[in-house]
Amino acid sequence: MATTATGTTPFTYDHGHEHVDDRSFIRKYIFSTDHKIIGIQFLIMSLTFLLLGGMLAMVMRWQLGFPGKPLPGGTLLPDTYTSGGVVLPEFYNSAVTMHGTFMVFFAIMPLLVGVFGNYLIPLKIGAPDMAFPRINMASFWTAVPAGLLMLAGFFVEGGSAAAGWTSYAPLSARSDLTGVHLGQIFWCVSLIVLGLSSIMGSFNYITTVINLRAPGMNWFRLPLSIWALFVTACLVLLAIPVLSGAAILLLFDQTIGTHFFDPQAGGQPLLWQHLFWFFGHPEVYILILPGMGMVSDIIANGARKPVFGYTSMVLAIIAIGFLGWGVWGHHMFQSGMNPTLGTTFMISTLLIAVPSAIKTFNWLGTIWKGQITFHVPMLHALAFVSMFVIGGLSGVFMAASPFDIYIHDTYFIVAHLHYVLFGGSLFAIFAAVTYWYPKMFGRMMNPTVGKVHFWLTLVFYNCTFFPMHQLGLHGHMRRIYDPTQYAFLKDLQPVNTFISISAFLLFATQFIFAANFIMSWFKGEKAPNNPWLDNGLEWTLPSPPPHGNFATVPTVYRGPYEYSSPHSDQDYIPQNVPTPGGGYGAPHTQPAGD
Amino acid sequence: MRRVMLGAVALAAGIWGCGGKSSGSDAGNTGGSTGAVPQSGGGGAGGPTGNATVSGVIHFTGTAPTNPKIDMSQESACAGKYTSPPTDPQYVVKDGKLGNVFVYVDSGVPNGAKYSAAAADTIDQNGCLYHPRIFGAVVGEDIVIKNSDNVLHNIKAVPKVNRGFNISQPSAGMTSKRTFASPEVMVPLECNVHGWMHAYVGVLPHPFFATSGEDGSFSIKNLPAGTYTIKAWHEKLGTQQTTVTVGAGETKTADFTFSGPKA
Amino acid sequence: MGNFLSWMLPPGASTFVGDIDWIYYLILVVTGVAFFAVEIALVVFLVKYRKRPGGKATYVHGSTRAEIIWTSVTAVVVVVIGLLSAPAWDKIKGREGVPPNAMPIGIAAKQFEWNITYPGADGKLGTTDDFTVRGQLHVPVDKPTVATLTSVDAIHSFFVPSFRIKQDAVPGMHIRVWFQPTKVGEYELGCAELCGLGHYRMRAIVTVHTQEDYDRWVAQQAHAVAQR
Repeated sequence: MATTATGTTPFTYDHGHEHVDDRSFIRKYIFSTDHKIIGIQFLIMSLTFLLLGGMLAMVMRWQLGFPGKPLPGGTLLPDTYTSGGVVLPEFYNSAVTMHGTFMVFFAIMPLLVGVFGNYLIPLKIGAPDMAFPRINMASFWTAVPAGLLMLAGFFVEGGSAAAGWTSYAPLSARSDLTGVHLGQIFWCVSLIVLGLSSIMGSFNYITTVINLRAPGMNWFRLPLSIWALFVTACLVLLAIPVLSGAAILLLFDQTIGTHFFDPQAGGQPLLWQHLFWFFGHPEVYILILPGMGMVSDIIANGARKPVFGYTSMVLAIIAIGFLGWGVWGHHMFQSGMNPTLGTTFMISTLLIAVPSAIKTFNWLGTIWKGQITFHVPMLHALAFVSMFVIGGLSGVFMAASPFDIYIHDTYFIVAHLHYVLFGGSLFAIFAAVTYWYPKMFGRMMNPTVGKVHFWLTLVFYNCTFFPMHQLGLHGHMRRIYDPTQYAFLKDLQPVNTFISISAFLLFATQFIFAANFIMSWFKGEKAPNNPWLDNGLEWTLPSPPPHGNFATVPTVYRGPYEYSSPHSDQDYIPQNVPTPGGGYGAPHTQPAGD
Repeated sequence: MRRVMLGAVALAAGIWGCGGKSSGSDAGNTGGSTGAVPQSGGGGAGGPTGNATVSGVIHFTGTAPTNPKIDMSQESACAGKYTSPPTDPQYVVKDGKLGNVFVYVDSGVPNGAKYSAAAADTIDQNGCLYHPRIFGAVVGEDIVIKNSDNVLHNIKAVPKVNRGFNISQPSAGMTSKRTFASPEVMVPLECNVHGWMHAYVGVLPHPFFATSGEDGSFSIKNLPAGTYTIKAWHEKLGTQQTTVTVGAGETKTADFTFSGPKA
Repeated sequence: MGNFLSWMLPPGASTFVGDIDWIYYLILVVTGVAFFAVEIALVVFLVKYRKRPGGKATYVHGSTRAEIIWTSVTAVVVVVIGLLSAPAWDKIKGREGVPPNAMPIGIAAKQFEWNITYPGADGKLGTTDDFTVRGQLHVPVDKPTVATLTSVDAIHSFFVPSFRIKQDAVPGMHIRVWFQPTKVGEYELGCAELCGLGHYRMRAIVTVHTQEDYDRWVAQQAHAVAQR
């Protein structure tokens, strides 16, 4: 279908039906097969879970900042959660668990993969929709019951899962150890169902990118966002089934009397950890790669320059995806696994720092000698680079297995993971939402409000998470309801209180973003086709694009980062604009001799 | 689109507001007993009652085994409540009498009779020990769990028939309420933070039970006239039984004798 | 006050401080240099290359030379860090690393307490003079102790920050963990793996004695055992 022939007439699809869109409201907006609508559906679902995950973090931070003091609104909660308004330890553990679970599986992952995978892939490759639109619809509508089931855990006897988002067995397998029975079961079933949703999405994305690229859109003219989403989809396809398998084994131990993880009957607790982290490490790359890709698109746009080292960026994405399979044991250095594995995983883990470093240097190279416009998405994208560097560097400490002996399961790890997931992924999400909002909704988000949200978030975010490095260096363990029980942690209490107050302010600040999001939908300035003067194919379409996207299949003449090119007197050339003088434009690859 | 948005906002609001069941923890603190004070089942409103009584004394013969010492050094807040090193009161023996024996009517009460307790039972965690250690509760009756120690206790019920629970009380003054839905003699209670803490609750479909005091005496009141199997359970020495027939308004004696383990 | 903003590690009391702390400081310096280099470059570029009227961005696609340089430097640095760290790992966690003369103890973790079994006067575990104490770890200074660590229920983790030692206690496994304290005093042991509602309180006191005091304590405990 996609050809790279020069000078052929672009063929057209039969778009007869598209000019008269007679779909019912339900077909258009509820049970829609349109990738753009599905992307927006994922957006609403994920933002809701982001809010819920944030609320649970507030419960945790209240207890840590003000141990033993009644939680505001705590008396409204059932007496299995609070006593006289004071958070109970089992509710704290539940909040810890569900905060992580909601954020990883129902917020960040769907925001990156479900929203932007869906929204961007067909548009940016010049396709009318995904390869399998109905499976795409099924993917969303499978995620919804998974989310509801996970939520339902709070309303059953025993409460929600409380064994950590990592759900280590045997704690998670035995309700006599946690007091939680149904909640842990729901956790497993929910993730199995969500896994189906992710797997459906992933092979859809892979097939679409391979098969539905428009003529001229060869692999090395794909935007980095699409490369990243493609590699991410491959990771999802291979990693999620491992989680599903592990969750099924755990579910069986919980319900039908098997003993996969029960040492008294020949099972092994460490089996859970190997299975979970074999999924879990690729999972964290799933949670960062799309962000990296979109940030590359946005930074090139903001700097009005081609991405520095496009080919290396592609190779780095592939390298991260590939090497990510070989490092899972670094989560298990102290687990009791054979110490020799500690050494091998240390080496592989240290090596995976290299492709991320390459990307960081290339982002710096992209803004070097640019003409930087500080639009709101650019601000968030730059914050991504800055914060991700901190997160990545802190990872080096724990990669060195002897030092990991000291910092494993302390707040140093919590600092690291939040720097990469919030400082990294979430800033990338803010950047991407703000950037593609005009295309999705036909309106601009308010830039002044956006800038206020950005700066407040950046400040409060660092105040919240940076001191956690220090807490960890002092030996402050994770997941502890009341650190004042330990004399060596009592003196750190002011730090915990400072972090908590910063966290409350950080959470409150997000309502500015929410307000901007909602208000702009109705009252935002109407968006032109290409507000950011970007080269991507989606910006050649109206905002929002019609069902079916392109009236005629576009032909692609160059890569997506030809900003400030000598071939044009504007500082950008969309990918589908023929080069003045005919033929195809300059290839994106690095000019020889540089 | 707008509708989907509003629906999502409403969903979020509903989830936040609806919480779960809100049973307040403001239970009245009645019927509490500490140590081996004779406890009788209360109330009985609902099912048939009468005015007969079965009472008696639990005797103990032989050498009373020494109760094991408890090392509470890790919990200074509790250890500080004792003037001499605390022991685990498995055997409450004084002058040949045995306390903390749970005496109850095993059969003879009409099937299907439903009784409700007049007042909730309270079990208190004080000095890192349960008070009372042995008690009974009617099916469906609120058991109030109280923490008088300013340390974390969790109270874990490990029943065989009923559904268990495991709840924590991190500080002094906290109370929680639980019930058992099925008869079960006896349901063990334990604290995992303080592994020496044990208690036992006998859950019965009627209020005809009592725990013997330090003086070995017990009294089961308000029985309707009839023939009953009375059982006496001790946590270490097993169960004994006898049959008693009482007429209306009668008081009958049923003594039991437990002997200590062979020296 | 400045204490908790510090990047210094808190004082330690075991030989592992010498094995581990320098690795931390090495990585701190290396990552610190990288951090300042990147962040300063970022800020400088943002200021220097902000959009100016009439300005034009430089149309360049990259530099193979630069890529090769920064990729190899990064790779060499991380590999060196790994090679430098490996011996400490083998020494502390390696099966061969346990000193042969280490005093054996048994540690059984359970919700929510540490039960530590001491070998008694004969120095051997599994004999009749063994005794078990809840929540108290007593060891002599300047001598290695090796604990066989296990769990009765969930996974727990034996963590003594001052000794720089941590090891998960896994049910069904008996994992050896050793350490050699260097300073007499009292330290804390905490659980470092979520194990239920009492996890935050699963604490024990570690007392490092002089050999004399330790022997006296053992004798005391043995006496108490005999009494029971």
